[in-house]
Amino acid sequence: MNHLDKLEAQSVYILREAYREFKNLCMLWSIGKDSTVLLWLARKAFFGHVPIPLVHIDTHYKIPEMIAYRDRVALEWNLNMIYGENRAALDARQTFPDGNTDRIVCCRHLKSEALKRTLSGEWPRYRMDHELKRYVPDDKREPFTGVIVGVRADEEGSRSKERYFSPRDSANSWDVGDQPPEFWNQFKTDFAPGTHVRIHPLLDWTELNIWEYIERENIPIVSLYFNQGGGTRYRSLGCAPCTNPIESPSRTVREIIEELESGLLANVAERSGRAQDKEDGGLETLRRDGYM
Amino acid sequence: MSTETIDRVLSRSRMNIVIVGHVDHGKSTVIGRLLADTGSLPEGRLEAVRESCLRNSRPFEYAFLLDALKDEQAQGITIDTARCFFKTASRDYIIIDAPGHIEFLKNMISGAARAEAALLVIDAHEGIRENSKRHGHMVAMLGVRQVTVLVNKMDLVGYSEEAFEKLKAEYTAYLRQIDVEPVSFIPVSAREGDNIAERSASMPWHDGPTVLGQLDLFTTGRELHEKPFRLPVQDIYKFTGSGDDRRIVAGTIEAGTIRKSEEVLFLPSGKRSVIESIESFNTERKEAVSAGEPAGFTLSTQIYIRPGEIMVRPGDLLPEVGTRFRANIFWVGRVPMSKEKEYKLKLGTARATVRLAEIVNTLDAAELNLSQGKQQLDCRDVGECIFETTRPIAFDLASRNETTGRFVIVDNYEIAGGGIVLENLSGGETLLERHIRERERHWETGSVPTVERERVNRHRSKFIVITGPPGTGKRALSRELENMLFRNGCSTYYLGMATMEHGIDSDLRVNEKNVEERLRRLGELARIMTDAGMIFITAIDDADDYDIATLKLLNDPHEILVVTVGRNDLQNAAPDLHLEEISDIVEAIERIANLLTLREIIVDYQI
Ligand SMILES: Nc1nc2c(ncn2[C@@H]2O[C@H](COP(=O)(O)OP(=O)(O)OP(=O)(O)O)[C@@H](O)[C@H]2O)c(=O)[nH]1
Ligand SMILES: [Mg+2]
Repeated sequence: MNHLDKLEAQSVYILREAYREFKNLCMLWSIGKDSTVLLWLARKAFFGHVPIPLVHIDTHYKIPEMIAYRDRVALEWNLNMIYGENRAALDARQTFPDGNTDRIVCCRHLKSEALKRTLSGEWPRYRMDHELKRYVPDDKREPFTGVIVGVRADEEGSRSKERYFSPRDSANSWDVGDQPPEFWNQFKTDFAPGTHVRIHPLLDWTELNIWEYIERENIPIVSLYFNQGGGTRYRSLGCAPCTNPIESPSRTVREIIEELESGLLANVAERSGRAQDKEDGGLETLRRDGYM
Repeated sequence: MSTETIDRVLSRSRMNIVIVGHVDHGKSTVIGRLLADTGSLPEGRLEAVRESCLRNSRPFEYAFLLDALKDEQAQGITIDTARCFFKTASRDYIIIDAPGHIEFLKNMISGAARAEAALLVIDAHEGIRENSKRHGHMVAMLGVRQVTVLVNKMDLVGYSEEAFEKLKAEYTAYLRQIDVEPVSFIPVSAREGDNIAERSASMPWHDGPTVLGQLDLFTTGRELHEKPFRLPVQDIYKFTGSGDDRRIVAGTIEAGTIRKSEEVLFLPSGKRSVIESIESFNTERKEAVSAGEPAGFTLSTQIYIRPGEIMVRPGDLLPEVGTRFRANIFWVGRVPMSKEKEYKLKLGTARATVRLAEIVNTLDAAELNLSQGKQQLDCRDVGECIFETTRPIAFDLASRNETTGRFVIVDNYEIAGGGIVLENLSGGETLLERHIRERERHWETGSVPTVERERVNRHRSKFIVITGPPGTGKRALSRELENMLFRNGCSTYYLGMATMEHGIDSDLRVNEKNVEERLRRLGELARIMTDAGMIFITAIDDADDYDIATLKLLNDPHEILVVTVGRNDLQNAAPDLHLEEISDIVEAIERIANLLTLREIIVDYQI
C-alpha cells in the first residue's frame, strides 16, 4: 500500500466506525476540495452509497459556482442534501458585507451560529427533494450527535492537536487542554447526553495528498480551484467578500500538484486568501467556540 | 500523468514517528529544529515566531513552532500531541510530538499508540528521569518496536563522549529489563542543531546516523501480510433503499490475505460461508485483499452474523474464543478501575461488558517495582490483571497477533485504559455460572412442592423459546400455541417482547450495550414463571448459540425447549424442533404439541 492507500484506509475505517456508532450522524460539506474528498471517501466506505445526510451552511455569500456545483452533485449522486442558514442575521443585515460587523463577528453569525443551530435542530433545515429537484423544509428536527468534518491537521496549529473523534459540549465548545484519549484504532464513540462528537477522518492528510487523491480517483472538483485563463485561482473556498484568489497558472489537477511540489506556494499559507484568519485572535478563538 | 510521476506516487510510503521523554528534555525543540534545518517550514514561519517572541519579550524557542496552543506557549510546555508533516527523499512522515508532563500521560499514549517508531529524548545534563523510564515502558507496551534514544542538550555537558556513554549504558540496562533493544543512541543538541539534520562538528566521535538519517533507517513491517487472516467485522451493509441488493460484510483486514471463493469462518459464532465476491468502489474488480485494506465481501450463503465477530480462514491458526483472559493493562481514567463495576471493552470491532476479576500485580512504571495486593487500579497504574466478559469474544494473544490482541476499556463514556492480551483463561466458571450458583443458593421457595403443582396442573413446566429471522410468523405461532395449550387446560403464558421493552426493560435504552441485560431479565423471568409451574412461551428474533445457552442457564433448574423457524442459526446445540416455514399454523402447532407429549410435558391434547 502506498501513502494514499494508507490514508484512504484510515479514513474509511473512521467513517465506518462513525456510521456504526452514531444514530444521528451527518457530514458537513463546504463544497471545498477537502470535504469533497471526504464525500468521495464515504462512497468508498459504503460501496457507492452515501447513507449519511450532508449538511451545508449557506451564508448566502458563497461564490455562486459553489452552490450550482453543490446542487448538481447532490442530484447526480443521490445525496441526502440539507442546508441551514442564519435567517435572522441576514434579514437584520448583521453581516460584514452589509458594513455592520467586522469579519470575525460575521463568521460567527453566518457560520458558527448557523451551524450550531442547524445541527441542534433549533433552526429550520432545508432538504433537497429529488423528485421536485429543489429544497423543501425538512421536518426532521432531531439534533445530530455525530458530525463528520473534513479538517486537516496541517492547516493550522490548533488543528494539528485534534483527535479523530472529538467531543463538544452542548455549547459546542472544545476543551483543547483536556481531550479524551484515543488508542490504536479505538475512538471515542460513547458520549453523554447533551454532548456531541466531531469526527475528523482527514486529519492525517496534507493539502498535497488531497490533490494527489483527487487526481488518482478522478474526483470532480468545483472549477474555482483552477486558473480559467486569468492567471488566478482559489486555493481555499469561502464567502465571496472574504476570499481572494491567488496568483497561479495551474489549470489542471496535475498542474496544481506540480505547483505544490515545486515549493512555489511554500511561502503562502493555504488559507492566506481567507481574510478572517488575519484578524486578531484568529482561528483558535473561532474554533474554540464551534467554528470548523 | 507520466509514468515517472506515477511510479513516484505509487512507491511513496508513509510512517508515523512519535517523540517521547521526560518533561522539558527537549522533544518539541528537536522537531522544531528538524523542520527548520530541512527547510520544511513555510517561508516566513520561523521569522513570525521570532517576531512574536520579541514582541512579547521572551526568548525564542523552536518549540513554539509546535506548541501552537495559547496555554502551551504561556506555560512553555506541550499539553497535547501535535502532528507535524515532514518528508525526506524516500518517505512521508507524520511526526507526533508528545507531551512529557505526567499530567498529560493520556495524550502521550494517544500519540504513541499510532506510531511505528519512537524517538525517546533524554536530557544529558539532567539524566534519566521518571518519565524517561515510564515512556520507554509505555512505548514498548503500546507495540512500538523501534526505539532510538536521543541524548539531548549535549551542549550543557561540553559535548562529552564520556557523559554520553555513561548515560547510554545506564539507559540500555533499563531497557533490557523491559525487553527493549534500542535501534540506536544519538548524541544531539537540539538547540544548537548538532546531529539533528547535520553532523555535529563538536562531536566528531559519534559515528552513527543523525536524527534525520535515522528516520529513513526505520523499517515498515511487512510481516502482517504473512500472518493468519483476520478481519474484524465492522458492519454488515445492505442499501436496499438505494436499489442495491448486495449484503456486504465490511471491515479492515488486520492480518493476512484472502481470495475470492475461499471458505471463511466467523468467531465467536462459529458460522461458515464462502466468499462470493470482493466488493469495492471505483477500483478494478479485486480477486484478493490483504492486511491494511478496507474491504467488503458478499458471501455465498445468507448467514446471520454480527459486527464484532472476526472472520478467519478455517485452516489457519484460529483466534481464541472465551470470556476470561489475562492481560497487561495501563489505566489513565480519572476514577480508579474497580472490581465492583462493569465496564465496556472494545477489542477490534467487538464490544462487550467486562469486569476486572483480579489484579495479579501492579508495576510502578517508573521504577519497575512490582507490588501485589492492590484492590484497584489508580490513574497511571500499569498492571497485570484478569478480566471477564459476560459474552464470549474472539481475540488473539498479543504475542501472536498484536492488532487483534489489544483492547481498550471505556468508563463513563471515555476510554480510560488499554491493554494487551497475554493468555486465554476461559474454561473455568463464568460470571453467569457464578451468578446462578449464588442465586440458587438464596432462592426462596414457597410451601408448594413442584410435584404437587405438576399433579394439580396435569403438566410439567417448560420455557418455550421460538426463534428465527424477523417476519417468519413466530409471534402468531407463539400466541396460537398459548391459546391451544390453554384450551387444553394448561397453565400457560405468552410474553411479547414489546411488553418487556415498555415494562421491565423500559429503563434500558435500545442499543447493543443493553442486549445482554435484556437477555438476563428475560431469563430471570422465565426462571420464575417455570417455577410457578407454567408453560412459558416467548418469541425472539435471531437468537444465537450464546443467547440460547444464556437463557438455558438462567432458567435452570427448569427446562427449556427451543424451536427455530425459517433458518437455524444454532451451531453448537441443535434446536428441539426446526420448522422450515410456517405454511400451516395448525400443523406447526401440532408438531410442537407432539413433541411436548413425547417429552412428557403434557399428557395429551386436542387441537
Ligand atoms: N541548552 C539546551 N537547551 C535545550 C536544548 N533542547 C531544548 N532545550 C531547552 O529545553 C527547554 C524545553 O524544551 P522543549 O522542547 O519545550 O521540551 P519538551 O521535551 O518538548 O517539553 P514538554 O513537551 O513540555 O514535555 C526549552 O527551554 C529549550 O530551549 C538543547 O539542546 N540545549
Ligand atoms: Mg514539547
